[in-house]
Amino acid sequence: MSNTEWPLWEVFIRSKQGLDHKHVGSLHAADAQMAIENARDVYTRRMEGVSIWVVESQYVHASNPAEAGALYDPANDKAYRHPTFYNLPDKVKHM
Amino acid sequence: MEKDFEKIFQDKIDQEIKIEPKDWMPEKYRQTLIRQISQHAHSEIVGMLPEGNWITRAPNLRRKAILLAKVQDEAGHGLYLYSAAETLGISRDEMYDQLHSGKAKYSSIFNYPTLSWADIGAIGWLVDGAAIMNQVPLCRTSFGPYARAMVRICKEESFHQRQGFEILLTLGKGTEAQKRMAQDAIDRWWWPSIMMFGPTDDESPNTLQSMKWKIKRFTNDELRQKFIDVCAEQIKVLGLVIPDKDLKWNGSTGHYDFGKINWDEFWQVVQGNGPCNKQRLETRKKAWEEGAWVREAATAYAEKRKQKQAVTAA
Repeated sequence: MSNTEWPLWEVFIRSKQGLDHKHVGSLHAADAQMAIENARDVYTRRMEGVSIWVVESQYVHASNPAEAGALYDPANDKAYRHPTFYNLPDKVKHM
Repeated sequence: MEKDFEKIFQDKIDQEIKIEPKDWMPEKYRQTLIRQISQHAHSEIVGMLPEGNWITRAPNLRRKAILLAKVQDEAGHGLYLYSAAETLGISRDEMYDQLHSGKAKYSSIFNYPTLSWADIGAIGWLVDGAAIMNQVPLCRTSFGPYARAMVRICKEESFHQRQGFEILLTLGKGTEAQKRMAQDAIDRWWWPSIMMFGPTDDESPNTLQSMKWKIKRFTNDELRQKFIDVCAEQIKVLGLVIPDKDLKWNGSTGHYDFGKINWDEFWQVVQGNGPCNKQRLETRKKAWEEGAWVREAATAYAEKRKQKQAVTAA
């Protein structure tokens, strides 16, 4: 029988109804069901979650940090997208 | 080019910007972290053995449930740390292999035996206490996945220390025999615990670089002193004594002075000659080998189910 490792899974937990699932870490498991059960044991021993997502790590595509400059450049010079860019008189209320 | 990268890297560190797995990093930084994180992970896993020894013999159901939860936490801590190390490009199997072949080390403290129930108290108070002293600054270590794992670990570790102290407190208020048992455990665990911080600063050649890279935030001696200062006060609550006749408050330094550490013993245990080195490693290897069929069966089952699903879909 092969000596290969079980695949790696990324684990996302919703800590409370109404909040996003958040990445908490990763683990090895043979399949999705085992990944969810292991995630319960490893990441929710103290009621940290009400819902678990697992995604096999090989299916996660990531941006390249070396290209961060170019990738985020288009947003760099658009301060007018923020409300604080606009100078309004103090007497304007509720805006 | 390499030089530029190194400068950008160090600038980030100096500005307290965390390093993430895909960022450029010096090879030495990567290797140092792999060594430190995997060693830390191995310690959590091997650390389950001395305590596991007492699960079936815990004095009551409450203590047994607590000890089970604690040992389960240690397994979890090992897993968080292995995952953090894997982001640096080493596989889980490689790390296991390094542990089983003796190439990788784990904390020497786990090569001492747990002879009485009071040892579970002493381990919680002293060993977990020393670990926490070490781990709290690691929550701010420069490598993101390691820092995040440490935050999680530190949150959970606090109960470990408190349950240990509570065991000693209970024994200290008990019969003469129980008091003696608690004192005996402290006598045996004190010196190995303060050795957990590692060699003195002048014997620790890697510290300087690790501090520059902000992997470490305090030196071994700084952390050891902090730990001794805290314990010297806590022992008073227990009504027991720390087995060091030179331990006394020094008003001019604002710290406790302490006696000479037996570094010879430390290096003996590191080199494999401690009371339980052989037994610990053999237990780990046996668990790994005898668990092989489970790993294989789970893989085969997952494969079979995948094929079945593919047929149904087609």
